[in-house]
Amino acid sequence: MERKAFMIDTSRCIACRGCQVACKQWNKLSAESAVNSGSYENPPQLTSHLYNKIEFVETDENGEFKWLFLNKRCLHCSEAGCMKVCPSVGALYRTHDGLVGFNKEKCIGCNYCVNGCPFDIPRYDAQNKISKCHGCFDRVENGLQPACVKACPTGTLMFGDRNELITKAKGTGKEIYGETALNGLGVMYLLDNKPQDYNLAVNPTIPTSIFLWKDVIKPLGILGFWGSVGVAMLHYVTVGPKQLEEDVEEKGGNHE
Amino acid sequence: MTNHWIDIRNADVILIMGSNAAENHPISFKYVLEAQEKGAKLLSVDPRFTRTSSKADLYAPLRSGTDIAFLGGMINYIIENNLYHSEYMQLHTNATFLINPDFKMPGELDGLFSGYDADKRKYDKSTWSFQRDANGIPLTDQSMQDPNCVLQLLKKHFSRYSVEVVSDITGTPQEKLTEVYKIYGSTGVAGRAATIMYAMGWTQHTVGTQNIRTMAIIQLLLGNIGIAGGGVNALRGESNVQGSTDHCLLFHILPGYLPTPKADWDSLAKYIEKSTPKTTDPDSANWWSNRSKYITSLLRAHFDTALTAEDDFGYSLLPKLDTGQNASWLMLFDRMIKGDIKGFFAWGQNPACSGSNANKVRKALTQLDWMVTVNLFDNETASFWKGPDMNPAEIDTEVFFLPVAASFEKEGSITNSGRWAQWRYQAVAPLGNSRHDSVVMNELYYRVAQLYKSEGGAFPEAITKLSWNYGFKGIDGKIDHIDIHAVAKEINGYFLEDKEIKGKLYKKGELVPSFAFLQDDGSTSSGNWLYCNSYNENGNMMARRSQKDPTGVGLYPEWSWCWPVNRRILYNRASVDANGVPWNKERPVIWWAGGSWKGDVPDGGWKPLSQAGTKKSFIMLPDGVAAIFSAGMNEGPFPEHYEPLECPIEKNPMSGTKNNPIIKLFFTDGGLEVDAFYSYDQRYPYVATTYRVTEHWQTGVMTRNTPWLLEMQPSMFVELSPELAKDKGITNGDMCVVSSGRGKVEAVAIVTKRFRPFKVQGTIIHQVGLPWCYGWTTPNVGDSANLLTPTIGDGNTMIPETKAFQVNIEKRG
Amino acid sequence: MKLSRRNFLKFSGSAVGVSVLGIGITPAQADAKPLAIQYAKETTTICPYCAVGCGLIVHTRAGDIINAEGDPDHPINRGTLCSKGNSAYQLRHNEKRVTEPMYRAKGSSEWKKVSWDWSLDQIAKKVKATRDATFMTNNAKGERVNRTDAIASVGSAALDNEECYLFQKLLRSWGLVYIEHQARI
Repeated sequence: MERKAFMIDTSRCIACRGCQVACKQWNKLSAESAVNSGSYENPPQLTSHLYNKIEFVETDENGEFKWLFLNKRCLHCSEAGCMKVCPSVGALYRTHDGLVGFNKEKCIGCNYCVNGCPFDIPRYDAQNKISKCHGCFDRVENGLQPACVKACPTGTLMFGDRNELITKAKGTGKEIYGETALNGLGVMYLLDNKPQDYNLAVNPTIPTSIFLWKDVIKPLGILGFWGSVGVAMLHYVTVGPKQLEEDVEEKGGNHE
Repeated sequence: MTNHWIDIRNADVILIMGSNAAENHPISFKYVLEAQEKGAKLLSVDPRFTRTSSKADLYAPLRSGTDIAFLGGMINYIIENNLYHSEYMQLHTNATFLINPDFKMPGELDGLFSGYDADKRKYDKSTWSFQRDANGIPLTDQSMQDPNCVLQLLKKHFSRYSVEVVSDITGTPQEKLTEVYKIYGSTGVAGRAATIMYAMGWTQHTVGTQNIRTMAIIQLLLGNIGIAGGGVNALRGESNVQGSTDHCLLFHILPGYLPTPKADWDSLAKYIEKSTPKTTDPDSANWWSNRSKYITSLLRAHFDTALTAEDDFGYSLLPKLDTGQNASWLMLFDRMIKGDIKGFFAWGQNPACSGSNANKVRKALTQLDWMVTVNLFDNETASFWKGPDMNPAEIDTEVFFLPVAASFEKEGSITNSGRWAQWRYQAVAPLGNSRHDSVVMNELYYRVAQLYKSEGGAFPEAITKLSWNYGFKGIDGKIDHIDIHAVAKEINGYFLEDKEIKGKLYKKGELVPSFAFLQDDGSTSSGNWLYCNSYNENGNMMARRSQKDPTGVGLYPEWSWCWPVNRRILYNRASVDANGVPWNKERPVIWWAGGSWKGDVPDGGWKPLSQAGTKKSFIMLPDGVAAIFSAGMNEGPFPEHYEPLECPIEKNPMSGTKNNPIIKLFFTDGGLEVDAFYSYDQRYPYVATTYRVTEHWQTGVMTRNTPWLLEMQPSMFVELSPELAKDKGITNGDMCVVSSGRGKVEAVAIVTKRFRPFKVQGTIIHQVGLPWCYGWTTPNVGDSANLLTPTIGDGNTMIPETKAFQVNIEKRG
Repeated sequence: MKLSRRNFLKFSGSAVGVSVLGIGITPAQADAKPLAIQYAKETTTICPYCAVGCGLIVHTRAGDIINAEGDPDHPINRGTLCSKGNSAYQLRHNEKRVTEPMYRAKGSSEWKKVSWDWSLDQIAKKVKATRDATFMTNNAKGERVNRTDAIASVGSAALDNEECYLFQKLLRSWGLVYIEHQARI
């Protein structure tokens, strides 16, 4: 069995948001109070209680108006910045199916994964523990589709063997977003428009400082270099000299 | 729906107009996309660009309330370009029929048909008739060339709807009109199918019924009725609005669409005589000639079976309407606000938000002596007395709130839009101290009946002779536990005595196999003839779950049960030619083979039309063929464009008749100020329409109270174009006030290019749109768009015109 | 009819075996979380929202709902659901549900909790009193009409068929003709 992945065909999405609610229903994530600030898109971004959401984008090029919908969520990168930067073993981990799972019990609340992620995905809950899409690994391991995929009425969301999804997607002649980026994303898109139109990075990368941490400093830490010096250094390489809390707030990381 | 949801995948062209299926019936898009994958074209025609439009191959905007003009142009295009399906029309429609030479049309009479009485605002329909021979059989011209035949008159009438004229009314660019017409018109050949998916965007107009008539005419011209992937498909809004309509929780009909008795139909015989359609055509099945069996069986199900033919089986126990009495929605609340209604039930409905001109509804509720509301959640109707601008101390209405079970807390069937009656099982007991609706009904039945038994009162027989046998009765005569299966069986019907039919003996107490076995001698009962066959000696057909699809066109004949008699596609005998060969052999619905029909349950089992001794294919109509020309409509046998009651232009560009000439005008008929309307009035210069969103349902009583859904669409909004926003100094996200002649609502502005200004009659017309799913009982969400909508109804159904009216919009100060 | 778990799994998605992962992807931890709906009772129902009529499976344990999702055997929705359909669980787990009868007296500014027995008796008396006071045996023309125009009812397309039938039967036995519901609006 090969690595599993999501393929999201945006051309089929009607933004019914069955995915958004199916996720909440299965994972028992509570709702948040929201306000309409001039858009259908609510909540405006992912939160610790919202693992996937539909982004609504209006474009108007050469008089051709389009309303685009994109299911946004953790992209389950192969080269996962969040995992690289995470100092707590097992808090973020690779599931059997190749997705990026998390274990709240092991999360130490450092927030570093927020900065390690090129897609602005990880969020922290009221207990300051990591929250994000985990691919419903509990369902997947029991032979079910992830809740969002099962709910999707139009076949926008697909889940299965990654290579098979890619082969099938290539048959459509459309470009696949994420086939090779970061060694291959676990969530790939078939896009109607350019990635920028969906606010997707054209070439997603992990900040180089993360590699420094992962390959140089983190091993030292494991060898006993775990202390104030190490933490300060980690802070510096991941978020720079800024205050961490401010940064997280700016990114809407903690909406409790 | 004449067809059903899965069947959408069989279409070659899908027109979504008057509905927004992607948002309001999302699962339908499973089949829309499946059709598109196979090459079908999706056309979206809507005043605004919706989630449906986002998936369309072609989007065409139109000004709200101009659908007849838009579709009239299509009829003109189809006829001018000879795109119609002649053989189909000759076989299955009245296109060949010759019309009374005295019949005149709006082109000759400035927007009116012959026979209009301006004082009565009503037509004398005597000229809207067919020429008939001495035996009463309509005269026809099979070549359809006679200038008085239906096709030629249709051609003449709609020749006035050129693309230029239509565009000037609808505001749709001419090239978009032509493109839509061309694509849709491509299906007028055997082997191609087009379907229409419509909903309240068509019905909620003063010309609502005629909107649908126009489309039905198009479907008949193109041969799209009866076939897979075709039909005229109303996408119904509530989970069981099809069933509640079939069981006729409506003033004018009894279960199974039998007319409510009238005061001058003083006996069962008179009822049958007056209400049974007649034909002298031996080739017409005229299925409604069975009405005597259906009304008699209904009476046998409703009343004590000890009543006999001498008692008219209890016919006199039914309430009767005065001649001409209209007890429909708008009239109901009009009487209520005038103090003529004392007691009121709002059972699973929230008229304080769903009723057009909701301020009038809310004021009307203050005039009641008592009200019973039955619901899962508090709502604006139940708590009207503490709503905005209400002073509870001055309101004398006593209100009872009875909490009931959610759908999965009870057992029973519901009928979807495709007429599938599907059985639901009870998963859990009703929450807390809430009860099943049927339990509450049983209690009310029993308690009222006991009062009449012990105290007497007005006409107690109507109550004491009602049959109510749905479970074991205690010593007090009360049923402790309503057996919902017993109700379902009564709806299907029983043999009340041993009866031999076609050589077979049916024993007393057996369930009737299907409505063809119902009798008018009192020997059978059936609460609703249309559901006869749903629960018979073979079991509960509605609970079936077989995955079989023998035709391959997605009929799933053994999944649940479908009325009538499990026929999955209505009028399916029009899906074949005179020899019983399907127009489309790839997607056959029925076909004649080896002396019998195969496939779906045929619409009457008679032989193909080319064989002797058969009956015509449209069995519910007395003439046996589909009506391109129909005298059944109140405002004309062909549709004609009239402006909405409130509109942004001074004159109807088509004629001197501005509005539908036969609608009941509440305001000018000595109505109340609350009913005032303002057409072509600078105080309310913008066209407005109302709609739903995916995330909420109806007035939002269930969905506003579902946190996951409220989170996604948290409050009232108004959508408008960047051009109008600029004119009014409004920016995206601003709080605005939208006002009409009836009320105002606050709403967050969503400024979007999905709304475009229209060019109509040389001027720019702006349109705005608002959802009607909010209400004040939910904190911080705003209130209903129906506070703005007018008191005016469709010319045939009196469905209120909430899809086209006039408003103003200002940024909130 | 209840679904077997085997069917449910079969139609829900492809079976997943032991994973052998691609390059650079090494599972760090076994994630053996038991399925929340394991051994739960499954009941089929139909979605209470629009009239597409999608099938739902409601999972219950100890008399309460623990999960509700699309019925994979249902030929229309094939296990899928829109946002409304997916939210059915919250119609049950909902503090806003009214679970006791309530009464608002003349001129009062509040609801008060009342018993079923009292409410039903009161309503029955009011139906009778209003009906008796306003019953028309004959109309102005002297025709037999046997009705009251002073009691009206609206609703409901949210009722089951059997309830719709019972409700109209009951209302008509009381002599009502002002009977309307969602289909009119």
